Amino acid sequence: MWEKRPILLLILATAAILVGTTITMVLPFAWVNTEADRIEGVIPYTALQQEGRDLYIREGCNNCHSQTVRPLVAEVLRYGDYSKSGEFVYDRPFLWGSKRTGPDLARLGGKYPDSWHYKHMASPRAMVPRTNMPDYDWLSENPIDPAMIQRKMEVLGFPYTAEEIKALNGKNEMDAMVAYMQKLGSDIPWRKTGATAIVGELKNPYAGVPHAQLEEWEELYYENCAACHGAHHEGEIGPELIGANYEENQLFEIIYNGIPDGGMPPFNALGTDKVWKLTNVIKYYGQGEGHP
Amino acid sequence: METPPYNYAIVRSFVTWSVIWGLVAVLVGVIVSFQMIEPALNFPPYLTFGRLRPIHTNAGIYGWGVGVIFATFYYIVQRLCKTPIWSVKLAKFQLWFFNATIIASAVTLLLGYTTSKEYHEMEWPIDVMVVILWVAFAINIIMTIIKRQEEQMYISLWYMLAAIVGVAILYLVNSAAMPVSLFKSYSAYAGTNDANVHWWFGHNAVAMALTAPPLAMFYYFLPKTTGVPIYSHRLSIIAFWSLIFMYLWTGAHHLLWTPVPDWIQTLAMAFSVMLIAPSWGSVFNGYLSMNGQWQQMRDNYLVKYLILGITFYGLQTLQGPMQAIRTFSAFIHYTDWVPAHIHMGTMGWVSMIAFASIYYLVPYIYGKRVYSIPLANLQFWLILVGQLTWSISLWVAGVLQAGMWNAMNPDGSLTYTFMETMVEMYPYWWIRAAGGLIYFAGLLVFIYNLVMTVRQGEPVATAATATEGRG
Repeated sequence: MWEKRPILLLILATAAILVGTTITMVLPFAWVNTEADRIEGVIPYTALQQEGRDLYIREGCNNCHSQTVRPLVAEVLRYGDYSKSGEFVYDRPFLWGSKRTGPDLARLGGKYPDSWHYKHMASPRAMVPRTNMPDYDWLSENPIDPAMIQRKMEVLGFPYTAEEIKALNGKNEMDAMVAYMQKLGSDIPWRKTGATAIVGELKNPYAGVPHAQLEEWEELYYENCAACHGAHHEGEIGPELIGANYEENQLFEIIYNGIPDGGMPPFNALGTDKVWKLTNVIKYYGQGEGHP
Repeated sequence: METPPYNYAIVRSFVTWSVIWGLVAVLVGVIVSFQMIEPALNFPPYLTFGRLRPIHTNAGIYGWGVGVIFATFYYIVQRLCKTPIWSVKLAKFQLWFFNATIIASAVTLLLGYTTSKEYHEMEWPIDVMVVILWVAFAINIIMTIIKRQEEQMYISLWYMLAAIVGVAILYLVNSAAMPVSLFKSYSAYAGTNDANVHWWFGHNAVAMALTAPPLAMFYYFLPKTTGVPIYSHRLSIIAFWSLIFMYLWTGAHHLLWTPVPDWIQTLAMAFSVMLIAPSWGSVFNGYLSMNGQWQQMRDNYLVKYLILGITFYGLQTLQGPMQAIRTFSAFIHYTDWVPAHIHMGTMGWVSMIAFASIYYLVPYIYGKRVYSIPLANLQFWLILVGQLTWSISLWVAGVLQAGMWNAMNPDGSLTYTFMETMVEMYPYWWIRAAGGLIYFAGLLVFIYNLVMTVRQGEPVATAATATEGRG
């Protein structure tokens, strides 16, 4: 019968479409972003951060970077604490993404110091030699528009102060982008609670290895440390390492877990073995012995 | 019997423009595939991967895909209803408004005006244009069906009507936004809600724009080409209703393991697996229609396109549900496997059917025989090899990448840094780009064949003898 009546077919098709739609798309509004989802400490973006977020959208960063850490072992180890619904209540639109050509950014905030981001955004290959990320040095040539940003904050209903808007004068798009990078995933104190606790006694498996062996492992230093601490341990974004007299266990823990909130990123993704090798390389050359 | 005065001019125009936008889509696709290998090929601010990739996807879906839908539906609806198009004026308006919308989309995306929502990146003024466009299309199709001279509506018309109402609902809901200016708006939904609404849209846009309409084409052009009817009418009824009922539950399979509530994810997973049945209902209906006709795979190039197309639909609808299972998604999601999946659907299924439909239409709309069937065969092999190269290289890459992301040392620490996994992708990205180039060559052959048909094709006396694609 419906095969002979187009209007009836339209009505039936609409009804069929609306069943699944109602249950899986409309109904969830009763659960999501309600009081049950709320997380204390999650606050709206500041004017500068929101502008950075809009630039992230404008440049299509979400085409290569996701922003959700799934509750899976390898993922939490690599990126940090898994994402929670309440962390996204101020995100319009959501930016979870669907492809990781580059790494997930949901927990990027506080991983690196600001100076790392400025250098990396301007020239990614200066920090990570074989990355395919384009250069965004040109962002620092574009000033941002405080009046427009104020309007955006009003539309979003986010709190702001006149001083905050005034302070945007003279800032450029790169400043906004870095401010946004540092906000990502940092509203909950996961870096303090989520650091890997080292259980039991740490023992350097490479104590007293010959010098020739250390030279072989130096490659690890160039790949992972030189961008911030300099090719000759002289320091740049990070401090000079020559003469830094760390206990080897202390050094291992710093490299493995990093220094929370913008000090230094954790290098746990290298695995314990490589971190021990790095510990020995840095310890050796830190004494300033015979290194060019 | 007297033939009503069908309007083929509008079909011709939509064919021309959809092919032009298809060329743009594939060309930009090839460009961005090289940008992924060589970052120096990004020319900021306009020509960067981040801004070009949405132009590639939207030109493909809305320029090529929807353009072909407009072209074929205006042909099919007139023939199946035995009546001319309801309003030629409205259809002409739709043609020019369609092109204006696509051009406006490409320009604004280049300028960085984007909502960031995948396959729905265009800002709100273009959403308004799309709504006008779709309403014009819907009215014309529905009115033509209402004043039809044939009592029974054939299968293709069911899919057409479902697609019209489906796209309308999806697009309107997902467009809701708070405008800041002409070029900037914020989603009406926030965070997890926004994600859930968006992937309800995203997955069902695939259903309503890239599944139902190509099925409408397949159900029409396969029997027309082979000369034998569809195997089972009852099977097509079951497949149709269960397909449009089940699809809408599955959007959250794009969001497995995210903060979206678990029960939505579980429903999406279950319905995705159930969707195999209606999808394969159509695949089998196609295969069984070929009973006793399989020699046409050799004799008739159109059958080759159509059967390979429905085969890729079958593979796509097996691989998709597999990816929608939590355990497999945990492994494969976010890797290069996913674009390989999408491209089997778009380059294999949708475009194969689209090419076949256009080749079928040529004698009717141009009054000329296809210029060269050997060239059409060459094109078939180029797009097949191009697509397989594209997809297979990235399936391998995706598994490799997922394996490296998950690899752990005996003490429980990770084995590889992110960069160590990324550099492994470069060789596969080269192969993928080569696959894209081969596909692009196939498309150029297609366009050459169409142009030569118009210029030098042998005129056909009557439409009845027109589509014997022997060669």
